[in-house]
Amino acid sequence: MSGPSTYTPKSGLEKWIDARLPLPRLMHDTMQTFPTPRNLNIWYTFGGILTFCLMVQILTGVVLAMHYVANANLAFDSVEAIMRDVNYGWLIRYIHANGASMFFLAVYIHMFRGLYYGSYKAPRELIWIIGVLIYLLMMATAFFGYVLPWGQMSFWGATVITNLFSAIPVIGTHIATWLWGDFSVGDATLNRFFSLHYLLPFIIAAVVGLHIWALHVPGNNNPLGIDVKTPQDTVPFHPYYTVKDAFYLVLFVILFAVFVFYAPNFFGNPDNYQQANPLVTPPDIVPEWYLLPFYAMLRSIPSKLLGVIVMGGAIVTLVFIPWLDTSRVRSNRFRPTMKWLFWFFAAVCVILGYCGAQPVDAAVAGIPLVWVARLATLYYFGFFWVLMPIIGLIETPKKLPASIAQSVLGDAAATPAE
Amino acid sequence: MTMHLKTLSLGLRAGLAFGLLASTAALAEGVDTKRLHPKDVTFSFEGPFGTYDRGALQRGYQVYKEVCAACHAANHLAFHNLSEPGGPGFTEAQAKALAAAAKVPAEPNDKGETTDENGTPLMRPAILADKFPSPFPNEQAARANNGGALPPDLSMIVKAREGGPQYVYSILTGFHEKAPHGFAATEGKYFNPYFEGWNIGMPPPLAANSVTYSDGTKATIEQEAHDVTVFLTWAGEPKMEQRKQMGFGVLIFLVALAGILFAAYRRVWKDAH
Repeated sequence: MSGPSTYTPKSGLEKWIDARLPLPRLMHDTMQTFPTPRNLNIWYTFGGILTFCLMVQILTGVVLAMHYVANANLAFDSVEAIMRDVNYGWLIRYIHANGASMFFLAVYIHMFRGLYYGSYKAPRELIWIIGVLIYLLMMATAFFGYVLPWGQMSFWGATVITNLFSAIPVIGTHIATWLWGDFSVGDATLNRFFSLHYLLPFIIAAVVGLHIWALHVPGNNNPLGIDVKTPQDTVPFHPYYTVKDAFYLVLFVILFAVFVFYAPNFFGNPDNYQQANPLVTPPDIVPEWYLLPFYAMLRSIPSKLLGVIVMGGAIVTLVFIPWLDTSRVRSNRFRPTMKWLFWFFAAVCVILGYCGAQPVDAAVAGIPLVWVARLATLYYFGFFWVLMPIIGLIETPKKLPASIAQSVLGDAAATPAE
Repeated sequence: MTMHLKTLSLGLRAGLAFGLLASTAALAEGVDTKRLHPKDVTFSFEGPFGTYDRGALQRGYQVYKEVCAACHAANHLAFHNLSEPGGPGFTEAQAKALAAAAKVPAEPNDKGETTDENGTPLMRPAILADKFPSPFPNEQAARANNGGALPPDLSMIVKAREGGPQYVYSILTGFHEKAPHGFAATEGKYFNPYFEGWNIGMPPPLAANSVTYSDGTKATIEQEAHDVTVFLTWAGEPKMEQRKQMGFGVLIFLVALAGILFAAYRRVWKDAH
């Protein structure tokens, strides 16, 4: 996609195709000879894992859609029919349902990796921003998908989330009505959510294409965060990273399979095995685990409108990270202060997730969780908008190694401690 | 370890609750009616290699049919499920006989009638393809016959409740526990400490010898509750045995594949770092 191509068509057929549509050239240059830093660690295998997750979700989803009925009276029973009467329907549905959780697990690791090694910094800003867009599309797709089985949590989750739009002054309720296609969540809502749930993954696939395209212009960042300088710093993508990615992908699939075959309802909520009932509100409406940190922020703010703004702001903030980070150094390996603030940030995200899963009035050791969530929300924003710009200016980074090759292949003294 | 902790916390919780009640016996409103942690019972279907106990499934079906089905539907179950692999293990002939013993609403006859001359709905014996018949024609009828409460459909009851099989077992066996002093069930409701709020609309469904088991098993309340819980777990997760079996093969394959890939990975990278 960038740089001089090393592809030489061998047969007459390859020459013929290459002159008309250089697709083999593209595959050769991006997936075979692409020069990749030789020091990428396990955390860099999640890009490939995520591509796998997207393909699994699309393939299983297409099959599920063949049997699913998007109708408020029939949807719940049709999902149960898939579980009982469709050949291996239980397998396909459990892969799809757990696949969403595995997808988010992988994307969070991928994002935290990018954050830790400064992969969002110049010249990779657009890769990061496109990534945030993919994350946003993933959340929308997951939300629409969770509504489709039309269980209690599907229905009430949809009601809570769509009602957030009614917090917008003046036009809010009109927007909510427009989203529902009715005066409450109902059959019309279910139908449009199904349509969008089928559409968005293909848009994600296209945006993933942009993400990878943008990646292949500057090439991969790496754990040292220093630029590739000489050909000794890199290895060809194939076979070095194809085999490494494949190995870690299989480890990931083992974890995936343990959930699908031995704990398929681990991430689920029992209430979703009861059909949606607009007259019965579940005692606690809880979103899926991957949305809990944002849910905790929303609930910790007393004003609904402000809560919605904070929740949206938490995601929009991610877009500005490339410019909020003022450090000259990319990788946190060489940032003694930022490294600890980063790990504290990661812990805060987990704490927010925990708060989001508890009842609103819960307390731990006498401390109301709503206050824990408020402080955590404060740190979330403070980390990006205050600490990142300031620490980047005042921190003295450790000495960077001269090159990737030197750091990996020899002169151990030049390698910084982990 | 967790089992001990659970029992301990249950004991502590009950002790605390009762201790509190003893001291504030006069304050009935002060009773914390949060449901107790379900009883710590173990079932044969637990664990990665657990399977359903066929005898318990068949006995559980009997309890379901003779006791539960009077009020509860199980709309997702069909008679052919009874003879499917991983299920109660009835033969197809037995399942056909069980179906034929049940009556389902008949399709319109040649004259297009669905009722006889007295207005009674026409019924026919069920076949394997039929779903289990519902005890009530609609939700309103179900509520009207149960003091306003709706007996939930039991097809997925075990998956639809926090605590799963332990919860269902505890509810079924929790009626004979003595209500703490200061607590009285609301009129038309029954005391059950394993149910949120302690007031349950369901009258105690099981008694000793509610059913007569043909295999000679003694029909105690605990036995009946255990058997029907096994049956209802299967009802919610009929492919569990197939799932675990396939999972074992898949994991062996994946671990072997990981081993091969690890060897290839080491070999490829031997000189690169």
